[in-house]
Amino acid sequence: MKETWQYKLFKYFNVTILIFIVFVTLFPFFNIVAQSFSSESYINSGQVSLWPKGFNVETYRVIMSDNMFWVNYKNTVVYTVVGTVISLVLSTMIAYPLSKKRLKGRRFLTLFFVFTMFFNGGLIPNYVLVTSLGFGNSIWAIVIPNAISVFNMLIMRTFFQNIPEELEEAAIMDGSSTFGILFKIVLPLSKPILATMMLFYAVAHWNSWFPAFIFFTEKELFPVSIYLRNMIKGAETAVGAGATSADNMVQISSNIKSVTMVLTVLPILMVYPYIQKYFVSGVMLGSVKG
Amino acid sequence: MNHPQNRETGEMAIAVSRNKKERSVFIKDWQLYSLIVLPIIYLIIFKYGPMFGNIIAFRRFVPGGSIIGEEWVGFQYFQMFLNDPTFFKVFSNTFILAFLLLVITFPAPIIFALLLNELKNQLFKRFVQTASYLPHFFSIVVVAGMVFEILSLNGPVNALIANLGFDKISFMQLPEWFRTIFVSVDLWQSLGWGAILYLAALTGINEELYEAARIDGANRWKQTIHITIPGILPTIVVLLILNIGNFLQIGFEKVLLLYNPLTYETADVIATYVYRVGLQSGSFSYGTAIGLFESIIGLALVLGANYVSRRITDNSLW
Repeated sequence: MKETWQYKLFKYFNVTILIFIVFVTLFPFFNIVAQSFSSESYINSGQVSLWPKGFNVETYRVIMSDNMFWVNYKNTVVYTVVGTVISLVLSTMIAYPLSKKRLKGRRFLTLFFVFTMFFNGGLIPNYVLVTSLGFGNSIWAIVIPNAISVFNMLIMRTFFQNIPEELEEAAIMDGSSTFGILFKIVLPLSKPILATMMLFYAVAHWNSWFPAFIFFTEKELFPVSIYLRNMIKGAETAVGAGATSADNMVQISSNIKSVTMVLTVLPILMVYPYIQKYFVSGVMLGSVKG
Repeated sequence: MNHPQNRETGEMAIAVSRNKKERSVFIKDWQLYSLIVLPIIYLIIFKYGPMFGNIIAFRRFVPGGSIIGEEWVGFQYFQMFLNDPTFFKVFSNTFILAFLLLVITFPAPIIFALLLNELKNQLFKRFVQTASYLPHFFSIVVVAGMVFEILSLNGPVNALIANLGFDKISFMQLPEWFRTIFVSVDLWQSLGWGAILYLAALTGINEELYEAARIDGANRWKQTIHITIPGILPTIVVLLILNIGNFLQIGFEKVLLLYNPLTYETADVIATYVYRVGLQSGSFSYGTAIGLFESIIGLALVLGANYVSRRITDNSLW
């Protein structure tokens, strides 16, 4: 059937809209990159949008020679690695037993975990708990309380459930223990889902800022997200972070902020082309109910 | 002849053997149970602990004192917020923002997915998709930073406004702009990501249906109305119910980064108010009472949405 002229018109219209959406989506990012390479006077007169004006890499040099920036950056890397390992291990420890249909009390245990998705203790009881455990100003305050995402755990469980039972039965015949099966059969077969989960958790830990914001008072412990947050928000008091570092800072230039933002998202941007398909497949798996 | 005794002992024997079997199941699976013990302890401490910690909403709490408070005060803190004009302000702000997100950022990915679905050029389609996911991966701190830069008086948006001959607007300081900004940021971050499941549902629609419709002379618009939309309707319904369940979760961290005292009038929500009265001013019990109130409404919404879902779509969250 021939296309009607209305449909042809629609197609041009559609492509235009989608190009516009892409432009709006990417514009803020390119704007920041352009600002990061521009000199402050051009930014202040509102002349920088997509291309740097008054090309300047001096700010990159200054920020990258700021000791505190690297200390905080290194903290983010450490928190991300440690947090991701803890999250992955704990999630596997739950998801694997719960994937076994024969497990007694499986329904109850699943509900026990799922319930925490819909009802949580709230900000202040969490704060009281974490500080009274003595986790304040320590890595544990940010990697432990949020270690498990029940949603991710359910995705893993669904994946484990779909591993053919026969493989495990054969291993039992050969005298493997549960742990042997888990390490020799299940985990090697689950590499795709482990990779996806690792990325889910790693990005979440990399981007996390609020726990550090309320539990940390020592600059040396801040992740880079707090370094950036204090720049953006300038003088404003917070329970932990904001109060100490940024109070006496005056207006920080757009150029400096832009450089910090670019440096913060750089690792994510570098891996983004390779990881986004894992994320998409993770979301798809999540939609299949187990 | 009847042998009631025999039958009884028979039943007992069955019960005993079942017991034995159950016990042996536990023994056989002890390794599975041993795996899950640590996470359960973790959950009890870090998830159920704070739930129990909500007890300080009913007790006077002194920072540095007992973590379950000093003495019972009943519903004193709840009465306190019912008499607090700020509470009603933040309550209505929360609902307005939640409602805006539901009517704007919920349907937008559906439309986006439908538009993408009309593209014949797969390469262009892939490009648009990949670009649209990107903001989802940015830290909320970076997103807030970008918003401040773009909307600043020297930023590109104001440059455009000035070029068109209007007065510059200090967006981040004006309460009347906050909702627009907040919803736009949310839309910007979730448009592409939210479309993934719809795109998956779209590829699942049987191609033969379209052929049949074409033979019957239906144009593309009619095909969309009668085949495409019904095809993704189950996905839409499920996600809508999930969204209603999470109605109150509007992204408290984003508000915290984007608002300031000048915009509290429209920007302050329940969660940010809890943060300020609880953690900044140190009224732990009062903050907890407000937080608990919000959590209970949230739980009721989830249970209600799940109930409706089970009745009308056979889909439930558990």
